[in-house]
Amino acid sequence: MGSFFKRITIGLPYFWLCILFLLPFLIVLRVAFSEPVLAMPPFAPQFDLSEGWQGFVQSVSQFTTYNFQFVFEDSLYTNAYLSSLRIALISTLLTLAIGFPLAYGMARSPMTIRPILLMLVILPFWTSFLIRVYAWIGILKPEGLMNQFLMSVGIISTPLRIYNTEIAVYIGIVYSYLPFMVLPIYATLEKMDYSFVEAARDLGCSSIGAFWKITARLALPGVLAGCFLVFIPAIGEFVIPELLGGSQTLMIGKTLWSEFFNNRDWPVASTVAIILLAILVVPIVLFQNAQARATEANR
Amino acid sequence: MVRVKTLLTSVALISIAAASTAIAQDRSVNVYNWSDYIDEEILTEFTKETGIKITYDVFDSNEILETKLLAGKTGYDVVVPTGTFLARQIQAGVFQKLDKSKLDNLKNMDPAISERMEKYDPGNDYAINYMWGTTGLGYNVDKVKEILGEDYTVDSWDMVFNPEISGKLKDCGIYMLDAPTEIIPAALNYLGKDPDSKEPADIDAAQELLSSIRPNIRKFHSSEYINALANGDICLAVGWSGDVLQARDRAAEADAGVTVEYAIPKQGALMWFDNMAIPADAENVEEAHEFLNYIMRPDVMAKASNYVYYANGNAASKPLLAEDVIGDPAIYPSEETVQRLYTVSPNDQRTDRIYTRAWTKVVTGQ
Repeated sequence: MGSFFKRITIGLPYFWLCILFLLPFLIVLRVAFSEPVLAMPPFAPQFDLSEGWQGFVQSVSQFTTYNFQFVFEDSLYTNAYLSSLRIALISTLLTLAIGFPLAYGMARSPMTIRPILLMLVILPFWTSFLIRVYAWIGILKPEGLMNQFLMSVGIISTPLRIYNTEIAVYIGIVYSYLPFMVLPIYATLEKMDYSFVEAARDLGCSSIGAFWKITARLALPGVLAGCFLVFIPAIGEFVIPELLGGSQTLMIGKTLWSEFFNNRDWPVASTVAIILLAILVVPIVLFQNAQARATEANR
Repeated sequence: MVRVKTLLTSVALISIAAASTAIAQDRSVNVYNWSDYIDEEILTEFTKETGIKITYDVFDSNEILETKLLAGKTGYDVVVPTGTFLARQIQAGVFQKLDKSKLDNLKNMDPAISERMEKYDPGNDYAINYMWGTTGLGYNVDKVKEILGEDYTVDSWDMVFNPEISGKLKDCGIYMLDAPTEIIPAALNYLGKDPDSKEPADIDAAQELLSSIRPNIRKFHSSEYINALANGDICLAVGWSGDVLQARDRAAEADAGVTVEYAIPKQGALMWFDNMAIPADAENVEEAHEFLNYIMRPDVMAKASNYVYYANGNAASKPLLAEDVIGDPAIYPSEETVQRLYTVSPNDQRTDRIYTRAWTKVVTGQ
């Protein structure tokens, strides 16, 4: 009986992953190897199971790798991937630069106010993501709040052009994903035994040295987790560049959208998505390996 | 503000009407139309007269509608694609043929418009025309005069496609529709080529023209220009006739010294048709026909046109149109202007790809 329940509890997540991840992935993969046609749905081959095994083989033989060739040949897609990687990387570093001190300050603040600080970090989630990004339009646009304020104080005389530029995209991403950086770092820092730092100081380490050798080291798992939580969604981000970015902000999410909607080319859109997934899996696997090695070393 | 208020009251009325009829019978129809494209009172009155409950949703691009339709099972009984998209969707088997025996108001339709529609829907078997309009120039009268001189008349595509002139207007702000299937034909037409050309070399030439004036365009967007024009934020927008006229009215209502006008350029402009059709997998086919028949009633169609400032394909509604609609050459152009309007046919898959690729090159520089 015990092993039965064990199997259920282990099997359930796998079942979940199969239904909600593997199955949709296989559908996207199958579309990526199809050809666009003018029909409902707009790709071929459609599996005709009425012909049995023969029909299945017939359909599979119609699959093509042309879409992958196409995506690699046109520099547009490569540039869009590179541009997305760059934007995601810079935003992750910016988020880290703001998020780490924030988390550190929270973890070092008195026990009594920590729950309030934690609450303040989580509070923005109570408002819809879309509305919060829209609010930034009101702040950043030429006649918006920020420019009005800066002009009334006399710092600038003409409105700054931030809305509809890449800078606005960075602001949007950093703002939206900051909690995802702060929370994991805070979680590791809060558990950290501060007496290690005191010991290092007693043994003659400078305060900066102690921070690097002890605090930063111990916070590393939280930092890595935070970076992945920001980097991975940021790379495929569509809403923020669409609302805050300019027409020339090239990101893979937007490219994918236009393949799907403007070109009605579901196969190429799926191909773009599959390649994006491949790009994202590489850092995740590296991260997993690094973690495994770290646990190994600690033993 | 007036719009918001009417919208709210009409939504409230619809729900009341819906609640009162739901008990008696459960007939309903799901309509998917463009945003800002009907007088909401029409929906309330339809429910009141027929007892059919309406669920009314809106979209703002043909591409989104098309993707939903091609995926199938949209749940909508009436949708409103533009002619070029309609033609392709008919080919893909998205729609069912209309049962004309249930549409006795077809007699009200304008034969001239129905004839033009044959290009997209041979025999007018699948759709009825709802509204039609043109893609032209919306501009801020005073600011353009200030920059280009008192005597300058806005009547030419030079305003955007001549780098010298659009360069002068650049700082004041130019918006352009984010719609390759409308802007590329306009560029082709300006270059003296066939606006309906599917030749890659021609499309390349159009792309080069557009790229040359790209630095003068502030934004590519298909709905923001209404407010931008009305607020006086920009000088010029390449936009849809009725939308520009809505901007004109909003500017007049705000009374902040902004005057907006619409011009159909002398080189010609795109004439497009938005049409109502019934998806093949619609569940409320009977009710959908009743809705179409209701929409084709002269008084209903006139009410819609008087509200949205677009011309309709309903001849019998003309006597009922307000003077500022039927008498406005920006909405109902003169016969001479109509001669200069052009239509385009749907793109095949390959041409669409060339179009989108050229457009990406224009917009992002990639």
